[in-house]
Amino acid sequence: MAKYRGVMVFGEAKDGKLAVITTELLGCGRKLANDLGQEVCCLLVGANISSLAQEAIAFGADKVYVVDDQLLKDYQTDSYVSVVEQVARQVVPGVILLGQTAIGRDLAPRLAFRLGTAVTTDCIELAIDPDSKLLRQTKPVYGGNAQAIFTCASYPQMATVRAKAMSPLERDESRRGEVITIKASLDRQTIRTKVLEKVVEEVVGIKLEDAEVVVGGGRGIGSADGFKQLEELAKILNGAVGASRPPCDNGWVPTSYQVGLTGKIIAPDLYIAVALSGSSQHMAGCSGAKNIVAINKDPEANIFKQARFGVVADWKVVLSAFTSKLRELLAE
Amino acid sequence: MPSPESVNIYGEITSNFSRRGVIDAMNMIVCVKQVIDPEAPPASFKVDPANNKVVLPPGVSLVIDPYAEYAVEAALRVKDAHGGRITALSLGTELVPEVIRKPLAMGVDELILLEDEAFAEGDSWSTAYALAMALRKVGDYDLIFCGREASDWDAGQVGSGIAEILGLPSVTLARKIEVTDGKVRVERVIDDGYEAVEVSPPALITVSNEIGEPRYPTIKGIMAAKKKELIIWKPADIGVEPSQVGSAGRRTRLLKLFQPVHEGRCEIVGGESPEEAAANLAMKLREAKVL
Repeated sequence: MAKYRGVMVFGEAKDGKLAVITTELLGCGRKLANDLGQEVCCLLVGANISSLAQEAIAFGADKVYVVDDQLLKDYQTDSYVSVVEQVARQVVPGVILLGQTAIGRDLAPRLAFRLGTAVTTDCIELAIDPDSKLLRQTKPVYGGNAQAIFTCASYPQMATVRAKAMSPLERDESRRGEVITIKASLDRQTIRTKVLEKVVEEVVGIKLEDAEVVVGGGRGIGSADGFKQLEELAKILNGAVGASRPPCDNGWVPTSYQVGLTGKIIAPDLYIAVALSGSSQHMAGCSGAKNIVAINKDPEANIFKQARFGVVADWKVVLSAFTSKLRELLAE
Repeated sequence: MPSPESVNIYGEITSNFSRRGVIDAMNMIVCVKQVIDPEAPPASFKVDPANNKVVLPPGVSLVIDPYAEYAVEAALRVKDAHGGRITALSLGTELVPEVIRKPLAMGVDELILLEDEAFAEGDSWSTAYALAMALRKVGDYDLIFCGREASDWDAGQVGSGIAEILGLPSVTLARKIEVTDGKVRVERVIDDGYEAVEVSPPALITVSNEIGEPRYPTIKGIMAAKKKELIIWKPADIGVEPSQVGSAGRRTRLLKLFQPVHEGRCEIVGGESPEEAAANLAMKLREAKVL
């Protein structure tokens, strides 16, 4: 498919900056483009986002397409699908990469169906097949119990990529690239949804996905009160508290604490998993941790398979003793 | 909104006004999928690498996909509040009657099965296409619900795909749904919280677990579900060729399915008592320079 060329990264902004996931996608896209002997470009869609174009170049983009329009201030399925479709038909990339984020999860499937192609969501590895030159897309399936490698029979080949699965390039301000502005040509009438309000939960202390130490609790914690002990340990270690799905579903902690396939993806230096069985769905969100420590009374718990250190005992006894010993050690 | 005179496949008049009298009573369809129980212990999970297929391990049951159950729950809550009618739609092969009837037992009114060998082993593309054609045949709907993703392939595409094929607006990852004066307010989960989105029917909504626990079927519900006549549609019934659905209609090719290997070299830290083990753990982490 000679006319489909290059890798296009759908960029996202976060707090006025280029989102970390976008830098990761550019790092991955750069490598794929090199293997194809083609270019990598970044598409920025939004309102007042033009200033991020140079940043995308510093992180590896050869070209940046900017669609800047007040109608694109909030992400809405209809407006974004329409704009990205229009750019994709104009640029004709061979590969489109998006983040497996709130936006990517919504945009990618609908865009793929609009373009008459398929997308593989939540990829953790992407490579160009040396023979066919097709994009080999690896994604966890069955809640992480297995992994599947797909190729796509139609163009553009599309993938969404899991956070922290790829490494960004070193930021280099001396890199040069081209910035191309594209008009949105949006008809307000075609946007069939209306954003009424956006509620962002305030995070006290370090954000879960940025923390170097995370203390995670599972079903075994048993109550909201139990999580207070985890908060205490996290505080000493300057870390954050996370949870598997059951504590969130039971309302012991806010849903924003959820780590896993459908929650946050974390990759801390240390993950202390407390009274948490280690279901595949949960491990999907924390398997990038450098060190996992498990505290669980069930020696058969799956978490021990991926942990480096473990204690088999009732978490309540272990955690308070562990916390006081750590206090002692850290005071030295 | 559907035209006031439309008659559905059951021969009923389905206008919001003539049938239900109030505009907020919705005609709803929920897509549900039968899967291998995702709560089964990971150790029991097996892949047949020669055929790139998952093997149903002995003792592990088939269930309605948990996310689809949240979607059923979401529809039932709208019905509880405003009335209306709910049809469940499921595509698959070797569907187990007791499993696939669960939405009926939970309170869904009708169940349509797309059950045929031709529908087997599809990808998101061919599955969404078949479901969309079935929905087009049903014709009369205000809201379509799907789970945010299914727990087997974790793709999360079929809902958006159906909406695209049918030209409907879609709102994904719903955690709360309210119907007022014919408009639907959906709170959708975003990375750091939620956003409230308004959409007018007909629309498609995918539902996330934040919506809250699905209800248990009542004994009465289970008994009633057993007596319900199921509707089974083959490819010809929804106007598609077998080559457009299932494995023949795929756009993606599965090259390899495998189980990742974990090293499993966990050092269990012991002691005379749990307290001592805990203290030893702290020392170990210090020694290993993890802390």
